Amino acid sequence: MATTDTYNYKVVRQFAVMTIIWGIVGMLVGVYIAAELAWPALNFDIPYLTFSRLRPLHTNAVIFAFGGSALFATSYYVVQRTCHTRLFSDGLAAFTFWGWQLVIVLAAVTLPLGITSSKEYAELEWPIDILITIVWVAYAIVFFGTIARRRVKHIYVANWFYGAFIITIALLHIFNNLEYPVSLTKSYSVYAGVQDAMVQWWYGHNAVGFFLTAGFLGMMYYFIPKQAGRPVYSYRLSIVHFWALIFTYIWAGPHHLHYTALPDWTQSLGMVMSLILLAPSWGGMINGIMTLSGAWEKLRTDPVLRFLIVAVSFYGMSTFEGPMMSIKTVNALSHFTDWTVGHVHSGALGWVAMVSMGSMYYLIPRLFGREIHSVRLIEVHFWTATIGVVLYIVSMWVSGIMQGLMWRAVNEDGTLTYSFIETVQAMHPFYAIRTLGGALFLLGMLIMAYNVFKTIAGGKAVEDPAIPAPAAAH
Amino acid sequence: MADFTSSFWNWFIAVPTILGILGCFWLVIHYSGARTYGESKEGEPMGHVWDGDLQEINNPLPRWWLNMFYATLIFGIIYLILYPGLGSWKGLLGWTEAGQYEAEMKQAEETYGPLFDKYLKVPVAELAKDPKAVEMGRHLFATYCVGCHGSDAGGARGYPNLRDNDWLYGGTPEKIVETITNGRQGAMPAWEDQGLLTHEQVVNAAEYVRGLSGAEVDPQARAKGEEVFKTNCAVCHGPDGKGNQALGAPNLTDDIWLYGGSQKRVIESIAHGRSGRMPAWGELLGKGKIHLLATYVYSLSHNKGP
Repeated sequence: MATTDTYNYKVVRQFAVMTIIWGIVGMLVGVYIAAELAWPALNFDIPYLTFSRLRPLHTNAVIFAFGGSALFATSYYVVQRTCHTRLFSDGLAAFTFWGWQLVIVLAAVTLPLGITSSKEYAELEWPIDILITIVWVAYAIVFFGTIARRRVKHIYVANWFYGAFIITIALLHIFNNLEYPVSLTKSYSVYAGVQDAMVQWWYGHNAVGFFLTAGFLGMMYYFIPKQAGRPVYSYRLSIVHFWALIFTYIWAGPHHLHYTALPDWTQSLGMVMSLILLAPSWGGMINGIMTLSGAWEKLRTDPVLRFLIVAVSFYGMSTFEGPMMSIKTVNALSHFTDWTVGHVHSGALGWVAMVSMGSMYYLIPRLFGREIHSVRLIEVHFWTATIGVVLYIVSMWVSGIMQGLMWRAVNEDGTLTYSFIETVQAMHPFYAIRTLGGALFLLGMLIMAYNVFKTIAGGKAVEDPAIPAPAAAH
Repeated sequence: MADFTSSFWNWFIAVPTILGILGCFWLVIHYSGARTYGESKEGEPMGHVWDGDLQEINNPLPRWWLNMFYATLIFGIIYLILYPGLGSWKGLLGWTEAGQYEAEMKQAEETYGPLFDKYLKVPVAELAKDPKAVEMGRHLFATYCVGCHGSDAGGARGYPNLRDNDWLYGGTPEKIVETITNGRQGAMPAWEDQGLLTHEQVVNAAEYVRGLSGAEVDPQARAKGEEVFKTNCAVCHGPDGKGNQALGAPNLTDDIWLYGGSQKRVIESIAHGRSGRMPAWGELLGKGKIHLLATYVYSLSHNKGP
C-alpha cells in the first residue's frame, strides 16, 4: 500500500517501547538516591554514585527520557489519527527517535562523570544542548507539517496542547541554555547573578508547565475520550482553559525565588499569576473527569481508564497545591523543605507517570495487534503504583512541614530550638517510607514491563493501518 | 547585561500584565453563558468528528469554576494595587522585602536584646555557675557554632575541641570573648611547598614533634629533627614545643592534635602548612550574645559534669 495511505506506526512503537525502558531506568535511579538520603553509606564513596551526580541523572531520565518518549509516542500517534494523514516525514520522524535516544545516552554518560552546566533540569552541556535543539526543530517540523496536511478542518484539542508544548519548550531550551563554551565539556551561562536565577526558573517552572503539563494534557484529551468512548465534556472549557493556561503559566517562574535578591515586583507577579493559574489548570481536570459522565461504571471494570482518571485527580490536587505554595507566607514555610519534593512527585508520579501508563496500556495492544497479555496485571500495577504514590507524597508532606516548622522554631530567647542535624534525624523515618513508596512505584513499572513484554512476544508489529476517510462535517 | 534603567521597562511590565489580566476576564466572559455554534445548541455535540468517534459537547463553563476564576483574577488585581508588581508601581502599602526584614529584625532585637544584655553585668566566670545563663549560651552555640565545632562542642579535624581545656589562644573569659568577637586566623607556613625545608627535614621534624607527645619514634630521625625544630619551629612553638598562645601556635607536647597526630598528618601539616579560620562574630551577634556564648564555652571546661 502506498505510504501516504497509511499511518506511520513504526516510530510510535519505538517511542512506546522506550517509554517503558527509560521509565524503569529513571525510577530505579530515583529509588536508589532516595535510599542514599536515608542511608548515605550507599554511595560507597564512589564519585559516580553520589547523590549529587545521580540526582540530575534521575530527573533527566524520568522527565526527558521517560516523559519525553511518552510524549513523542503519543503525539505522533494522536496527530496522525486526528488529522487523518500520515506523519509529514518518515525520515525526520526516525531522526527524532534516534536523535532523542542519543541525547539520553549522552546524558546517562556525562552526568555521572560530573559534566554539568549546573542548571537544574538543564544540566546537560552545550554540545548536547545543540543536539537537543536540532532534534526538537525536526520534531516541530514533523508535528506541524502533519497538522498542515490534515484532512479535517478543525484541529483537535489534543493537538493544541501538543503544539503549545513543542513551541514553548523550544523557546525555553534555547534561551535558558545560552552559554559561553570554554571547552567541549564546560560552559558558562551568559546570564549573571539574579538574572541567571530568573531565567533558570522561568525555564524550570515552564518545563513543568509545558513539558509535564501541557504535553500530558494533550495525551489526556485523546486517551480519556477514546478509552471511555465518550465525547469531550466541554468544547468551550477547553478553549478557555487552554489560552488562560498557556498565557498564565509563563509568568509563574518567580515563585521559586520568593524572598531572594529577585526584585519585589517580580516576586509579586510570579505569585499573582500562580494563583490565577489555579482555575485554568482545573479546567483540564474538569474536562477530563466530566468526560466520564454517563459512563462512570466503566471505572469499576476498566483499569486502564482508572489509571487515566486517577492521574487527572492527582493533577487536580497538585495544581491546587502549587498555587497555594506560591503564596509568600506559605512559601516561607515550604521553601527548601521536602514539601516541595512531595509536591513535585504528586505531579510527576501521580499525574505524568500514571497518565503515561494508562496511555501506553491503550497504545501497545493496538501497535502490536494483540490484546494485552493480562488485564489482571494492569489491575495489580494500578494498585501498586497508587499505594506507592500515596506513601511517597504523605511521607514528604509530614517530613517537609515538620522540617519547616523545626527550622523556624525559636526558644524564649529567640535562638533556634533545633540545630540542622536534629531536623535531619527527625526526617530519617520519612526518608525510609519515601524509599518504600518509590520502590513500590518501580515495582509497578516492572510488572508493566513484564505484561508488555508478554504482549509483544505473543504478537507482532502491525502493518501500518490504512487511513480512514474523515467523517463528513455536518 | 544592560541595566534596565529606562522608564520604558516600567511600561513593558505594567501594560502586558494589565492587558493579560483583562484578557483573561474577556476570555471567561466571552465564553460563559449559553451559546450556539452553528446547529449545535447547549449540551449537544459540536458536530466535529475526529478519528472515528472523537467528539466534543457544547457544554457551558461550570458556574463554581467561573466564580473561582473571577475570585483569583480580582484577588490578583487587588494584590497588584496594594503591593509592588506593576513595573515601578510601589503599591499602596509601601511593602518591600528589605523593609519587612528590617522590621522583623528590629522587633526581634527589641524583644530578645534585653534578655541577653542583662547578663553583661555579671562576669563570665561567675555567670558560668548560673544554669539559666549557661542554657541560653548553649542555645546560641547550637544556632551559630555547631556547624564547625559540633553539637557537643567536641570539634572535628581542623576545628578545635572546646571541652578539653586546651586552648590555642587562651581560655580566660577575656580571651574567649576576644576570639569570638574578632575571630582568629591560624597560619602554619608550608615549609616544604615554599622550599624552606627538604622533604627529609620535614619527615625528621615530624618524628621529633611526635616524640614530644610521647609517640614511639625513630631515635635517629628524632635527633636530626630536633636540629630542624630548634632552627625553624621554636620561634613560634617555643624551644620546648609548648606553643605560644599569643600567636595561636599549638602546644605540641600534650598529644592533642588539631589536624591529626599520625605520622602522615603531622608531615602533611609541616610540608603543606595549615590555615585555620575562626570567623569574627562581633558585628553579627553584639556584646550581649557573645558574653553568653563565652559563658557557655567557658562552662564546658570549668563546670564539673553531673
